[in-house]
Amino acid sequence: MSLQHYLVISAILFSLGIFAVLTRKNAISILMGIELILNSCNLNFVAFSRFVTPSENIVGSEVFRLDGQIIAIFGIVLAAAEAAVFLAIILAIYREFGSIRPDKVDTLKG
Amino acid sequence: MNPLENIESLAYFAPEILLVIFAAAVIILDLLVKNRESEKVAYLALVGLGCSLVAILITNSILGTNESKNLFFGMIRLDGFAVFFKVLLLLATAATILFSLRSEELDVRLKGEYYALLLAVTFGMFLMASATNLLMIFIALETVSLTSYILAGFLTHSPRSSEAAFKYITYGAVASGTMLFGLSLIFGMAGTGDLATIGQQLPALLGSGEVTALGVLIAITFILAGIGYKIASVPFHMWSPDVYEGAPIPITAFLSVASKAAGFALFLRFFFSGFGNSEVMQSIDLGLLLAVVSALTMTIGNLAALPQQNVKRLLAYSSIAHGGYLLMGAVLLTNGNAAIVDKGIGAIIFYLIVYFFMNLGAFYVVVLIANEAGSEMIDGYRGLSSRAPLVAGAMAIFLFSLTGIPFLAGFFGKWVLFAAVIEGKLYWLAFVGLLNSVVSLYYYARIVKAMYFETAEDTDRLSFSKGTFALLSVFVVPTIFIGLLNIFYSLSERITLQ
Repeated sequence: MSLQHYLVISAILFSLGIFAVLTRKNAISILMGIELILNSCNLNFVAFSRFVTPSENIVGSEVFRLDGQIIAIFGIVLAAAEAAVFLAIILAIYREFGSIRPDKVDTLKG
Repeated sequence: MNPLENIESLAYFAPEILLVIFAAAVIILDLLVKNRESEKVAYLALVGLGCSLVAILITNSILGTNESKNLFFGMIRLDGFAVFFKVLLLLATAATILFSLRSEELDVRLKGEYYALLLAVTFGMFLMASATNLLMIFIALETVSLTSYILAGFLTHSPRSSEAAFKYITYGAVASGTMLFGLSLIFGMAGTGDLATIGQQLPALLGSGEVTALGVLIAITFILAGIGYKIASVPFHMWSPDVYEGAPIPITAFLSVASKAAGFALFLRFFFSGFGNSEVMQSIDLGLLLAVVSALTMTIGNLAALPQQNVKRLLAYSSIAHGGYLLMGAVLLTNGNAAIVDKGIGAIIFYLIVYFFMNLGAFYVVVLIANEAGSEMIDGYRGLSSRAPLVAGAMAIFLFSLTGIPFLAGFFGKWVLFAAVIEGKLYWLAFVGLLNSVVSLYYYARIVKAMYFETAEDTDRLSFSKGTFALLSVFVVPTIFIGLLNIFYSLSERITLQ
């Protein structure tokens, strides 16, 4: 597998995520789309880190820097935090509007 | 200049550490205080902000002028630019807490979390103003966003507020996801997350053909989605009117000033350190892109504000327009001449100081009128000149300053900005900005007309406490005099990025 394979997969994941956010009629599905977007970024970071980041030669052995992997771990943590807040807000929406369909939530406009 | 290690950095990180400590202390005090009406928690939060301010000033005096330190192995940078934004953001938070104390909208039962979250969001904004690594940029942005979503939806029993939070998080999560994708592309091109290293490597990479200009442009466009959403620039502005209308008024004030200032701090540092090389800017034609975004942002903001009836919503569109004016200064970053780049940054900083006073002041009046007259609509401002002459006068000053009528602060802010843009030879952009200022007079004047030339059915005088007038004068006096004092000009000229 080369870098291109990973990049193509992550581009497909990203596009699917955007597609889900734009077309789904349910707040939970929108959240799933957002998770897809964030995970495509994590995949990108890890792939780039493995293929692009220069390896260093320390005491005769080749050592890979893990910058991208670290960013991916932070990305996963932040995605979890975002999901928690999103679900809490969906709960509040359900209490106030009796529905989690985004098109029903439209009192503010103009 | 070598970056400092973790332990060495802690001393310079004291302002942020103090904010976190006080955020925890606020939650603990909230558990201890029995009386739910007590305002002790808010005062503790204010004390925390005060301690942090002192720490900022001390670190600044250790730092000396025109020096900078890279902290935590180059994750964040402490320089005059960061110090300025930290002070501005901190004062905006303090003003928000004072507004919240006087706002009758907010539920007293949920006080502790509210103030803790405000301190947490300030912490995130401090990081936004000083982040110099792709990872740090993303973490700072998410810290600010996640806490802002909760604050926008803080009125748990108001459908409006929940809806605002829902729209905010849907737009925000997609925007920050898109930005992360762009950051990953940049990371892949340079092989590192450090902005300064990226800035050094990009010209060589572009020159050798390893990286194409189109690739960089695509990555930057993705990143602009995240930053543009924070500063509410077209086409990522759609969330802002709904969120500003639905959120509690003090939070609306906070988002329109602090969130925007932090977004601009991140914007300037990111493009200056990462893409500051003029060859890179020229090869991807970033200047034109930013100039068009700026012109569209102010035009759409001003035109959409014209028919609004809700003052909060009107001020939301007005703040989009002001984001557009500020972006004019950011366009100058792409100018090859270093003196003009500094002028652009100086103009943005001066405008932000002015904007801080006039916009927060206008929102404070909105809080007061919502309390006393129970209305956020323009109709609720009818006959205010006879019901509350001082408040009406203050509101008129803020609105005229936002328009840019001489010789209020807003006029000098725009003067400095337009002068810098004209010096950068972007005549058409300055012309668009000038036309927009004229358009904006119409909707600001509608509020003034309601206050002075229309009569209300309800003619009782509104009474306000002495503290209210004291706080109001904190915003009125600078709005009148800031442009006449030399110190703010020299301050904004001294602050540059390196």
